[in-house]
Amino acid sequence: MGVEGIGARVVRKEDKRFITGKGRYVDDIKLMGMTHAYFIRSPHAHAKVKGIDSSAALKMPGVVAVLTGKQLVDDKVGNLICGWAITSKDGSPMKMGAWPAMAPETVRFVGQAVAVVIAESKNLARDAAEAVVVDYEELPAVADMHAAIKAGAPQLHPEAPGNQVYDWVIGDESATDAAFAKAANVVKLDVTNNRLAPNAMEPRAAIADYDAAEEHFTLYTTSQNPHVARLVLSAFYNIAPEHKLRVIAPDVGGGFGSKIFIYPEEMVALWASKKVERPVKWTGDRTEAFLTDAHGRDHITHAEMAFDTNNKIIGLKVKTYANFGAYMSLFSSSVPTYLYATLLSGQYNIPAIHAEVIGVYTNTTPVDAYRGAGRPEASYLIERLMETAARQLNVDPAELRRTNFITQFPHQTPVIMAYDTGDFNASLDAAMKAIDYAGFAARKAQAKSQGKLRGIGVSCYIEACGIAPSKAVGSLGAGVGLWESAEVRVNPVGTIEILTGSHSHGQGHETTFCQLVADRLGIPISQVSIVHGDTDKVQFGMGTYGSRSAAVGLTAILKAMEKMESKAKKIAAHALEASEADIVIENGEFKVTGTDKAIALPMVALAAYTAHNLPDGMEPGLKESAFYDPTNFTFPAGAYICELEVDPGTGKTSFINFVAADDFGRLINPMIVEGQVHGGLVQGIGQALLEHAIYDANGQPVTASFMDYAMPRADDVPSFNLSHTTTLCPGNPLGIKGCGEAGAIGASAAVINAITDAIGKNNLEMPATPDRVWRTIHAA
Amino acid sequence: MYQTTYHRASTVDEAASLFAKGTEAKFLAGGQTLLPVMKQRLASPSDVIDLAKIKELIGVEASGDTLTIKAATPHYDVATSDVVKKAIPALAYLATLIGDPAVRYRGTIGGSIANNDPAADYPAALLALDATVKTNKRSIAAADFFKGLFTTALEDGEIVTAVSFPVPAKAGYSKMPHPASRFALTGVFVAQTKSGEVRVAATGASQNGVMRVPAIEAALKANWSPAAIDSVSIPASGLLADIHGTAEYRANLVKVMAQRAVAAAG
Repeated sequence: MGVEGIGARVVRKEDKRFITGKGRYVDDIKLMGMTHAYFIRSPHAHAKVKGIDSSAALKMPGVVAVLTGKQLVDDKVGNLICGWAITSKDGSPMKMGAWPAMAPETVRFVGQAVAVVIAESKNLARDAAEAVVVDYEELPAVADMHAAIKAGAPQLHPEAPGNQVYDWVIGDESATDAAFAKAANVVKLDVTNNRLAPNAMEPRAAIADYDAAEEHFTLYTTSQNPHVARLVLSAFYNIAPEHKLRVIAPDVGGGFGSKIFIYPEEMVALWASKKVERPVKWTGDRTEAFLTDAHGRDHITHAEMAFDTNNKIIGLKVKTYANFGAYMSLFSSSVPTYLYATLLSGQYNIPAIHAEVIGVYTNTTPVDAYRGAGRPEASYLIERLMETAARQLNVDPAELRRTNFITQFPHQTPVIMAYDTGDFNASLDAAMKAIDYAGFAARKAQAKSQGKLRGIGVSCYIEACGIAPSKAVGSLGAGVGLWESAEVRVNPVGTIEILTGSHSHGQGHETTFCQLVADRLGIPISQVSIVHGDTDKVQFGMGTYGSRSAAVGLTAILKAMEKMESKAKKIAAHALEASEADIVIENGEFKVTGTDKAIALPMVALAAYTAHNLPDGMEPGLKESAFYDPTNFTFPAGAYICELEVDPGTGKTSFINFVAADDFGRLINPMIVEGQVHGGLVQGIGQALLEHAIYDANGQPVTASFMDYAMPRADDVPSFNLSHTTTLCPGNPLGIKGCGEAGAIGASAAVINAITDAIGKNNLEMPATPDRVWRTIHAA
Repeated sequence: MYQTTYHRASTVDEAASLFAKGTEAKFLAGGQTLLPVMKQRLASPSDVIDLAKIKELIGVEASGDTLTIKAATPHYDVATSDVVKKAIPALAYLATLIGDPAVRYRGTIGGSIANNDPAADYPAALLALDATVKTNKRSIAAADFFKGLFTTALEDGEIVTAVSFPVPAKAGYSKMPHPASRFALTGVFVAQTKSGEVRVAATGASQNGVMRVPAIEAALKANWSPAAIDSVSIPASGLLADIHGTAEYRANLVKVMAQRAVAAAG
């Protein structure tokens, strides 16, 4: 309804402050008496901390304190936790070593903090940090997953023999073996899913402010989920009780998953603020971001797919090694298990699946959820397998997919997920039409005449979003429920505040959430404001990740709106002397249907707050809240097709066209959706062509700056050709599926399938750098 | 602990005398290398002497068969100079490929060659064009100026004032950029002098910095065409290898970039 309602391409309200430099990020905040923290980090991948001599540093000007891991232990500050319990196939719980916020005895990755200097300025703290002498005894380190699980490898944690965190399985092994026994064809593939560094534009930061009189803490932090941060900080770390800890996540400059987790720095800042009785600020720099922000992906997988004589898939076997780095980060355990293996059916009817996932410790930065989190790894694997199968079976890759598409919904896969709806043929049709798939052979021949190798690659992805039904995730080991909360406050003059547990760090909630209100009440979005990111203002909420804010967060707002509207209609009916059932809401007015009798929203609101003339027994005020727990995941899906050329002389890839046909259910703001798809596609292409977080054999990071780690730039990616096919999600009243991760999930396989098509070789690992492509072309 | 004194010199002589007074002074031109290194605390000069505003160090001149680019001229000015585009278009093109716009607005030719990064673009042009590096003390042939990784013939306190290039009959540059830094993974500059001599220089490839490529020079001397290089084999030994390119790949790039540079030179 209206120009600012659902489906309108409304310009983002928040952009004025972002593009004029008026955003308020953690580092913009300055408190009276604030001190600055600088962390002393291990230069070794694995070492004993034999001693820390702070005496010289403590004598330097402006130094307030030097605090060490041992003092954390003395103060009984808890270790970092992993919030999802995974059970190995032998029934044993996952095996985890302790992760103290600063290492008192042993460091296990380069960049792990051992001490912190608190000083009057950041530079003074940094100067003093250089005067702190840490006595390390180097230990043998292991960075490679396969090396880490070999006998005799350096051991990271005594709790996890063989560096193995878990050996987890899903699916029916005997049914899968039986399918393979009768297969007409078996397609085998080994793939590596390369490790990525998230690189949000704003590095992580924290300010902790302890009020000794009130025994109260305030933490400003770069968080995607401030309430979860408060819960974890208070429940597990023994720093502050929940009612004495306020967590504020103000403007946050991108997260991509990396700001979900509770990190050592904010824990130490809180603890240090109480010790020095002054506010403590820490702002990470880019190097610290490369070394300490949780990395993403990092799988090595062998997979086999069995086909019958009609090219129908009859079975899938997968064995994946997942690198967790040196410690188990907050949700790391769930990423290569319930967020990965449950999507291994892809868009296809696969009657039998069996997957085994082995989690491995290495002396590298911890790995956790990064845009897509498990689902890109699953989608990449399945879509590389389908492409490989099409080549081996000598059928068109699009046709092989159609032969195996799920077309009846709901569909129960053999790996937990029950797909609610979708139309996979429709999105593939749209993508093939957009790229003129039929005309590709002629274009390839034309390119060949000019010395270029042209290829086309299809990727049909599906993901599980709208995370997540609490009961379901609880039964799978999650330590939290994944509902969302919302509150609608109609002010006495009729303006509206929406308080949401979702957190916007680039998603545009301040616009899209207002559009729902505008749609329902027929008022301009300028009459609505969105409040989020402050545990003192907003009731408990779960935050933003897993493409959940529209499907779950906005539905919670809808539920609260319905309660508010119901009460407002009663007030309006009372004022208009009409029946409540006859009241309709249009253009900001409550009208008696079929008459010209109406009362404007501000008058209804005023009536609610003056309470002079309310229906008998009605409480004053106009404010409602709701908690919404989804009944199922949502299943965004789509088809991406990439057409590109490879220069045989250099191995360099150039894009010709990239089409994306997505089914996200209902779109609230198509412009914002397109932005999400663009960003996701760039991250997917970045993984396919450029990005790789690399360690040498001793665990030293090789790519800890933008001079070595290739982030995609504008001229590395094509213009995108986007379209949408729509099946409404039946699981929520707005029919929303979510759009935040799709691009990153589907793009990589389309690119690698296209390059391997162009060069006529099937084995090509990501990132497909020019060097690697050239060597693959010229390999025997 | 990391105090440094910043000086803005207005003449070359003033810059040289300021340098002599400092205990551990450094010249600052565009700051594209020195400032990041200082931010990382890998350099802590006592004095930083800024050359970027010295008028006699800025500008481009063509006279007869010589093009002179003064040392503090930023890459952007070289890239867009009509004088450079007319005299040696390949050199203007090379400048368009350096770093990104921010780097090109600040970085200078003098700073680039004095730093002599083994993957910088300008050293290939200087060596292939047989340029002369002018300093406040002397003139140095490009072949004598570059002395390996990050090493030059410059003495302590010596200031590059200009680079003069003989205008060639033909010249071309082709570069495969490093995907992250946009330095040259390998870049090759080819030139044919007006007397028919052929000089080819590659940057980003060798473990010893910018290098001549005699095998390609010989092939092009016999036949100035991309096809003439087809049969040339570049050995991988002595070439750089890193996560973005093996030595074999760089050997291939020396050849392929040379062919493309010749094609561009016409």
